[in-house]
Amino acid sequence: MNTKLTVSTSPHVHSEFSTRGIMGMVIFALVPAGIMGVYFLGLRSLAVIAACIIACVLSEWAWNKFVMCRKNTISDLSAVVTGLLLAYNLPPTIPIWMAVCGSVFAIIIVKQFYGGIGCNIVNPALAARAMMLISWPTAMTTWTVNGISGATPLAAMKAGMPVTLSLWDMLTGNMGGCIGETSSILLIMGGAYLVWEGVISARIPLTYILCTAILSALFNHGGGMFPIEEMLTGGLLIGAIFMATDYTTSPMSEKGQFIYAFGCALLTSLIRTWGGYPEGVSFSILIMNVAVPLIDMYTEPRTLGAPKSNFFKRTGGK
Amino acid sequence: MNLPTFLGGVHPPEGKALTENKAIETFRPEDSREFVFPMALHIGAPSTPIVKKGDSVLAGQKIAESSAFVSVPKYSSVSGTVKAVEQRMAYTGGMELSVVIESDGKYTPAPSLHDLLGHKPAPSEYVNLIHEAGIVGLGGACFPTHVKLSPPKDKHIDHIILNASECEPFLNCDNRLMIESPDEILRGLEYVLEIFPEAEGVIAIESNKKEAIATMTAHNKNPKIRIMPLTVKYPQGAEKMLIFAVTGREVPLVPALPADVGCIVLNVSTTYQIYKAIAEGKPLTDRVITVTGDAISEPKNLRAPLGVSLLDLVHECGGFVAEPVKVLSGGPMMGIAMRSLDVPLVKGTSGILAITKKLAHIAEEGACIRCGKCVEVCPMHLEPTLLDHSVRRRDYGKFEAHNGMNCIECGSCAFTCPASRHLVQSFKNGKATVNEQRRKAAAQAKAKQEAK
Repeated sequence: MNTKLTVSTSPHVHSEFSTRGIMGMVIFALVPAGIMGVYFLGLRSLAVIAACIIACVLSEWAWNKFVMCRKNTISDLSAVVTGLLLAYNLPPTIPIWMAVCGSVFAIIIVKQFYGGIGCNIVNPALAARAMMLISWPTAMTTWTVNGISGATPLAAMKAGMPVTLSLWDMLTGNMGGCIGETSSILLIMGGAYLVWEGVISARIPLTYILCTAILSALFNHGGGMFPIEEMLTGGLLIGAIFMATDYTTSPMSEKGQFIYAFGCALLTSLIRTWGGYPEGVSFSILIMNVAVPLIDMYTEPRTLGAPKSNFFKRTGGK
Repeated sequence: MNLPTFLGGVHPPEGKALTENKAIETFRPEDSREFVFPMALHIGAPSTPIVKKGDSVLAGQKIAESSAFVSVPKYSSVSGTVKAVEQRMAYTGGMELSVVIESDGKYTPAPSLHDLLGHKPAPSEYVNLIHEAGIVGLGGACFPTHVKLSPPKDKHIDHIILNASECEPFLNCDNRLMIESPDEILRGLEYVLEIFPEAEGVIAIESNKKEAIATMTAHNKNPKIRIMPLTVKYPQGAEKMLIFAVTGREVPLVPALPADVGCIVLNVSTTYQIYKAIAEGKPLTDRVITVTGDAISEPKNLRAPLGVSLLDLVHECGGFVAEPVKVLSGGPMMGIAMRSLDVPLVKGTSGILAITKKLAHIAEEGACIRCGKCVEVCPMHLEPTLLDHSVRRRDYGKFEAHNGMNCIECGSCAFTCPASRHLVQSFKNGKATVNEQRRKAAAQAKAKQEAK
């Protein structure tokens, strides 16, 4: 035998998971909701989506090529996911140049400044959205459905007006809102697909969505009358399923994920009920993102055979 | 059906179908060829050769021994002439002092251990006999069996667990042995139960080995022994996972041993050898090995004499049908990638797995995306990504503080990692460095003590 053999450490086989594969599945899960968004909110939405994806991928490519002078990472598709998620969180009427600014901010400042994939401390798409909301508040909160501009269901709730949407409209996405956040049924199906494929666990989305409904009712938001509307309108579904589950910025242990999701739900309900904005999903997730290292530290799993300790016992660090 | 198991783990491709229905064939080359017997032992002290160049030896004759407790004597598997005592390459890729014997192909037997003892052994002599027979754990770790069977006096042993889960993909040697020699295995376990009269015997088998479960159940007449099917999941056969599945007990952190929770775990093949030693007075000179993989022409289960070249075993299985990228000693999850096949079969070699590009995972390492999959699958409930970062930053204190020394190197984390991080490599590195630091600290402390 004269072939050269490869010598490396075990294991020598691998599961079907790869970073690129996972990102691909997330994109696949997101596409249907986007198509529905384009259908209800108009072709302009498509231009916004394209602009965000192109801007995100190009800025990641340029950063690696010209600033870091290292191997490019755009093939892992994570920049596409960021672009897609950012676009889904923008109103269809947003000027394209603003969408591009947001995309560059997401990739360069939020992701690459901290070291690139796996190193960012907050979700890039959400941080960019928050930046845009503060920089261009009017453009970011103008909604139109079928050519008529109007208040979103959550804004109506906040103003003390009754929510008059039918359940069907809420499920399909025929209501005011951002491009990808309105089609509840497709977002849920996308989430179910990701859980089925083992990409995400249902822990974070379910805890987040259910706790938001319960807490908002407790806080008497909108008279405490709309638990279904609470869950199906605004950015809660896309936030809970696709943003709060972002690997890099969510806790790794099971226990930590429950705490994190509950924290997101609590903040969302607080902001929706008493905050200055009608919607609080983005800010809630961003705040909880920052708390992740702390949550991780206090919820490290107990090593098999280690003495049983207090629930919050810290095991590590010298 | 909810069978007992542990928390965590993965489901690698099984690959068992290649050899699970193939009866064990005996490979006994009758021409003159070279047999190599390395003196080193995976864990424990190496032995010293007691034969020299030119000596003629018999099959089953002792050729090396050691006075250390964690060590076993070594036997020649063939009759012939000692050709050399020199450095030869072992399966690990390193050079080891070895006794090289030119066989005469006759396998003329040496006097048995019973002949040497002069009588049939009594239960009080079993442990000594097991040591004398050179028996070590045949699952791969090669830990001397007599050490396992000599727990500290204050430990009450109430479970003898036969590890028959064979969770490592592709391997079938334990499975076939149970189907073909159930009585020998059961009798071997009974011998061990005679050493520990208060213990119960449990034969733990992964539920995918239906034929083995049926055979063992049909042949078992001893009320003190029960057959226990377990969930099919890797690494079900790791000692701590097995003990948890069978008894619900957790072995405390290292350096605690199974005996601390009243258990002794033995591999099926090891138990078979215990039977051979006690019933027939035969030392350990051969073993069953699965030669398989998509690069092997005719995958087989072989009973082969120790010391034979692995290349001969591959030829016995029709050679290669495709170009192998990796040839492993053991299975795909924990096996060692060999750089040459011209190395001898040793006690711990449970399989030769030759895999092509299709199966071998050779990917570039990416950045950790903190997906937490490693944390989910780690059967020891460690945080592999955290330990990996600690080792790469050379923060070995942190590695130790987060129980890194308890890693069993099963590879579940690296198997599942989407970024293909070299996690096991990192942990092996971390553990070795910590051990080295500890040795240095101990030596320094000792020197200080002496200086006083």
